[in-house]
Amino acid sequence: MKNQNKKLSVLFLAFFTAMAIFSGCLNDNKIDQINTEMQSIQSDGKYTEIAVEQPPFSIGIFPCSDCHSLIEPNPARRELVEMHDDIDEIFHHDSENRWCLDCHDTNSRDSLKLASGKLLDFKESYKLCGQCHGNKLRDWKVGVHGKRTGNWNGEKEYLLCVHCHDPHAPKFKELMPEPPPVRQEDIH
Amino acid sequence: MKKDNSRRSFLKNISLASFSALALAGCNMKEIDEFLQKNFRVLSEKEKTDIIRSLEEKYKEKYDKEFHVSAKPAMEGVLFGYALDLSKCIGCRKCVYACSEENNQSREPQIQWIQVLQMEKEKGIDFAHSNIHYNPEKVPEEGYFYVPVQCQQCENPPCVKVCPVKATWKEPDGITVVDYNWCIGCRYCMAACPYGARHFNWGEPNVPAEEINTNMHYLGNRPRMKGVVEKCTFCIQRSREGKYPACVEICPVGARKFGNLLDPNSEIRYILENKRVLVLKQELNTQPKFYYFFGV
Ligand code: SF4
Repeated sequence: MKNQNKKLSVLFLAFFTAMAIFSGCLNDNKIDQINTEMQSIQSDGKYTEIAVEQPPFSIGIFPCSDCHSLIEPNPARRELVEMHDDIDEIFHHDSENRWCLDCHDTNSRDSLKLASGKLLDFKESYKLCGQCHGNKLRDWKVGVHGKRTGNWNGEKEYLLCVHCHDPHAPKFKELMPEPPPVRQEDIH
Repeated sequence: MKKDNSRRSFLKNISLASFSALALAGCNMKEIDEFLQKNFRVLSEKEKTDIIRSLEEKYKEKYDKEFHVSAKPAMEGVLFGYALDLSKCIGCRKCVYACSEENNQSREPQIQWIQVLQMEKEKGIDFAHSNIHYNPEKVPEEGYFYVPVQCQQCENPPCVKVCPVKATWKEPDGITVVDYNWCIGCRYCMAACPYGARHFNWGEPNVPAEEINTNMHYLGNRPRMKGVVEKCTFCIQRSREGKYPACVEICPVGARKFGNLLDPNSEIRYILENKRVLVLKQELNTQPKFYYFFGV
């Protein structure tokens, strides 16, 4: 388990380094655009909010169109073999009624889609989650569900739903606890 | 010769005697200054600056690092409040250790300002049957929930009332602090606190030099001495600079919320107005500003 974690973190590191190098190549305008897009989630507009991280894609998977532009889309619900079977295996998110193309768009593979058919950037995935989890979205927007870091009276950073919940299997994963205290200091 | 036994000469002699005792005990001038230092609340700005400078020097000598000790007062119009989501906490104790590191708590002997109580879902909040020594492979465990307890920053703090020397008090932003130089170690406050939130330095506190947090507040995480009481200050060195406390930043499930109770747009006000909220041991009328809620 430990080893696997280590491997994962190495992969993540590699991914973020790659991202950093890659984003260095983007022109400045584009970066600004990303930032402003990410700021408007607070409903009262009093505090500035910025995303801590980019959406957590699996390594080497995005943009999806890299592969999918060469494949004829098949909208039929089916068990996946060869590719994405790993996701199929863990998929546990109303799996009885839903599958890939309820959230991923059939034709525009680099986008998500809302129930209305409207396309959605991965950076705004919280809107997709909010279609069903409306009360969570409401709490998240005001910083009560999920985690805010930074300043209680100024700039705050937020995480997307998918940073803590794997959208394909959203239950929060169990953790190993830190060691118990060495002294008994009972509350009396 | 007439023996001079006036009150004045008695005082003079006794102070001379104690000075020479101090000198004999191998104290230098700095330590004598420190010994005679006034309560923090009656220090002039000049005295504060001098004391802080000499503290910074002292710490530098001891730990071989640059230190910043702040004496920043409370901000206007701010009353700090805290809320912890009982439906989310998984009992991982990450907050306990982040707090210890941020606030320079002694590692050995161990002092921890946060205790995480494991409770049975069937029994509900029940201190008598709680357990702080749980140690499973993975948390959360089936059938249990977790209640982290730290200083509840009471509006009506019993610890402050019982201190015989006024070494502990409530600041205008609602944080109860301790002047470690003024504390005589009688531990009345520990007996008075219904939350077990005050901790005593029975031994010489010890934080490894490479782990010491050099960003300090006089009333918060500066190194403590043997024989004094310490407690959570909502990370006064962070919160008075606008930052969230360390426990808020570390919590992996986002169970911890912090902000200004006087700001109607704050997260904390939203929770008080929209969630089911409780305080611990409400019947004691301590009026905690540390709330527990169910976010579900
Ligand atoms: S870090 Fe968060 S989840 Fe873990 S014990 Fe502390 S409050 Fe609970």
